Amino acid sequence: MKKLYMSASPHIFSKTNTKKIMLTVTASLLPATFWGLYVFGIPAFLTILTSIVAAVFTEWLACRIFKFELKVNDGSSVLTGLLLALTLPPETPLAVTFAGSFFAVFFGKMIFGGLGYNPFNPALIGRAFLLASWPVYITTWKKPLREGLNMAGIPESIVNMLTERNIPQTVVDTITSATPLNALKQSLLLLKEHSLSIEQFDTVKNALFDPGTIKNLFFGNIGGSIGEVSALLLLLGGLLLIFTRVITWHVPVIYTSTVAILGFVLGGRGFFDGNILFYLFSGGLFLGAFFMATDYVTSPMFPAGKVLFAVFAGILVVVIRRFGGYPEGVCYSILIMNAFVPILDRFTAPKPFGLRKKPHPRDGKEVKK
Amino acid sequence: MALLTFKKGVHPHDHKELSKESPIQRFPAPKTVYIPVCQHLGSPSQPVVAKGDRVKKGTLIAKVTGFVSANVHSSVSGTVKDIVDIPTVFGNRAPAVVIENDGLDEKDYLSPLNSEDRAVLIERIKECGLVGMGGATFPTQVKLSPPPDKKIDILIINGAECEPYLTSDYRLMLESPESVIEGARIFLKILGAQKGYIGIEANKQDVYEKMDAILKDNSVLKAVLLKTKYPQGAEKQLIYAVTKRKVPAGGLPMDVGVVVQNSATAVAAYEAVKAGKPLFERIVTVSGSGINKPANLLVSTGTLVKDVIEHCGGLTEEAAKVILGGPMMGISVAELDIPVTKGTSGIVVLTDKEVQKEEYEACIRCGKCVDACPMNLSPFHYIALGEVKQYIECEKWRVMDCMECGSCAYVCPAKRPIVQFVKIAKQKVLAEIRRRGAK
Repeated sequence: MKKLYMSASPHIFSKTNTKKIMLTVTASLLPATFWGLYVFGIPAFLTILTSIVAAVFTEWLACRIFKFELKVNDGSSVLTGLLLALTLPPETPLAVTFAGSFFAVFFGKMIFGGLGYNPFNPALIGRAFLLASWPVYITTWKKPLREGLNMAGIPESIVNMLTERNIPQTVVDTITSATPLNALKQSLLLLKEHSLSIEQFDTVKNALFDPGTIKNLFFGNIGGSIGEVSALLLLLGGLLLIFTRVITWHVPVIYTSTVAILGFVLGGRGFFDGNILFYLFSGGLFLGAFFMATDYVTSPMFPAGKVLFAVFAGILVVVIRRFGGYPEGVCYSILIMNAFVPILDRFTAPKPFGLRKKPHPRDGKEVKK
Repeated sequence: MALLTFKKGVHPHDHKELSKESPIQRFPAPKTVYIPVCQHLGSPSQPVVAKGDRVKKGTLIAKVTGFVSANVHSSVSGTVKDIVDIPTVFGNRAPAVVIENDGLDEKDYLSPLNSEDRAVLIERIKECGLVGMGGATFPTQVKLSPPPDKKIDILIINGAECEPYLTSDYRLMLESPESVIEGARIFLKILGAQKGYIGIEANKQDVYEKMDAILKDNSVLKAVLLKTKYPQGAEKQLIYAVTKRKVPAGGLPMDVGVVVQNSATAVAAYEAVKAGKPLFERIVTVSGSGINKPANLLVSTGTLVKDVIEHCGGLTEEAAKVILGGPMMGISVAELDIPVTKGTSGIVVLTDKEVQKEEYEACIRCGKCVDACPMNLSPFHYIALGEVKQYIECEKWRVMDCMECGSCAYVCPAKRPIVQFVKIAKQKVLAEIRRRGAK
């Protein structure tokens, strides 16, 4: 007689699988990736290629060393490599990129047991490692190849206006050669050191918050990391993820709203002096919000935990951007919140059907009044 | 009208189109039937026939042995050949009465009943060996006799049939809606409930319209349309959908004043009372892409699955898995020499392509199981703890509230067999609870 398969129920399954999810996320990153390639050209291509190759190689190597079953084809290391590359400046030395990618996969993921067991987002681990080891390389950005653009995305007319309004040329050079967030941070520092008068600072600030600048930020006519330049294309990729139900809107929306609101409150000279759109579209916020804060493995399991994760990560972004040593806080905000995931998972489990009160996490018993 | 439903759940493709259009056909009883002595949940019944006894259709062949137990009747007329151990769907062996069919089709029914008396009606249902025909096979009379302190005010007839592929309840409700309604009336009488609902999933719109037309002037019974979602027919989820009452964890529907009965059980109750017919046959959906001619058959209990499949044109070349029940909660079997029982709602055959053969992968913590679990549990914990043999720990995550509906395993992208681990964990936790109690 014919041999029949046996298994416990259920016997039918949804069509989704790990590989498809990884591929969808990778595909959603492509618009921003291609924009990065268009804006920055060959160096960006080499950085991305090196990062992905290094990630896949490292996974293979780790599987050999730790005697894991080889699962490179699940696509997770390709994704890690791509994500890391997108957070790097296009002209990062390839050896540095390779080291970062190796660190990300080996110490960020494989050493914990591979996909599914890593407590921290591997790509961000790689970035944090590079930021600590070769800070100069990965904060040195090149201008976009296209003519007439500066780093901060400030339109030419407004740069001219800055000069006309007696802003020192050194300051103008500083802010037009820095990324938008760094330009704001530098100006705030200069204000604090009294190198800039309040009026001068406000002029600079208005240049940064000018609709023309914001427009360049949104469409990606700025310098910066390969994948972080165009908020629009990241948003597009994010919407694709939501549309394909890989992620829900909750974490990205709550995370970015927290940043936007707090950015408005704390982002300028005093209170309520910031600019919501500037805070939203600058830096790697959208990349972090849609592709890193939503990373399955390193984010909370339960809806309530996800909300808390997103809110606190959002607060951390603004705190780091405004008061920290770095102009950008997305990377650390997510890494720090990753560490809180186990405790969030312990205390935010939903109330099982048919219970009046949430069960106590210690013994699962309903708390008696 | 907004469709009634519960929270969470999943949307598998229902595949009901395979057998939806085929009317119920009688499958002639085979030469020999193997009627298991225990076809229900509870204490096994005691055989009351011996080798050589002559029996007719409806003759009692095994008697109840406790409160939670059910009578078993012969499904053919003929001679008892033996009582032997045969394989069951659970993989073990259990005694069954082997009867050789003489083909005379002689009947041995009870006398029709005209009584309105509660106790008489319950006794009749008990005599006729009624069990929940949705698959759980819990003895019906037990569900209809709540302790006096539990007041039942609502009866729900479960016509959701949320399992993919299955259309046995659909055909039954479509072809004899009056019998379902009459059965519901009997239950209402027994329970003294004021209100009755017949819950029908929206993919059976025609049944709903039919029922609604019959019941339009009825103030007690009402047909309600439910959203097509799995597990809409799970007792607690159905009660919530229809009444918005939540059965407490570890509790029973009667705790919130509700009793749920399957639509096929309602028909069986109607036949038991009006015709004195014991439960010895049922409608079985034979479906799936691994079967040549899907059908809805009226099958005598004790008929071997093999014979039923043969009647439906046999298995196709690609057939690879045979499931008794639906594909979400049914049990896969290794051999086909297993008899159809009172709880066999379907025989679903899946093809090689549809069978999950790859090894399962590591959990990527996507949380889809959490979003799917209709009991609002944390399914990922059960398999994670099970993998490191920490089954007892599952109790803290309330594994005992799990009804094994399979929604979590259905959505899992890593194809983790969560239900399998839940089944093991439940046994271990139960043993632990007993051990604690014994101390």
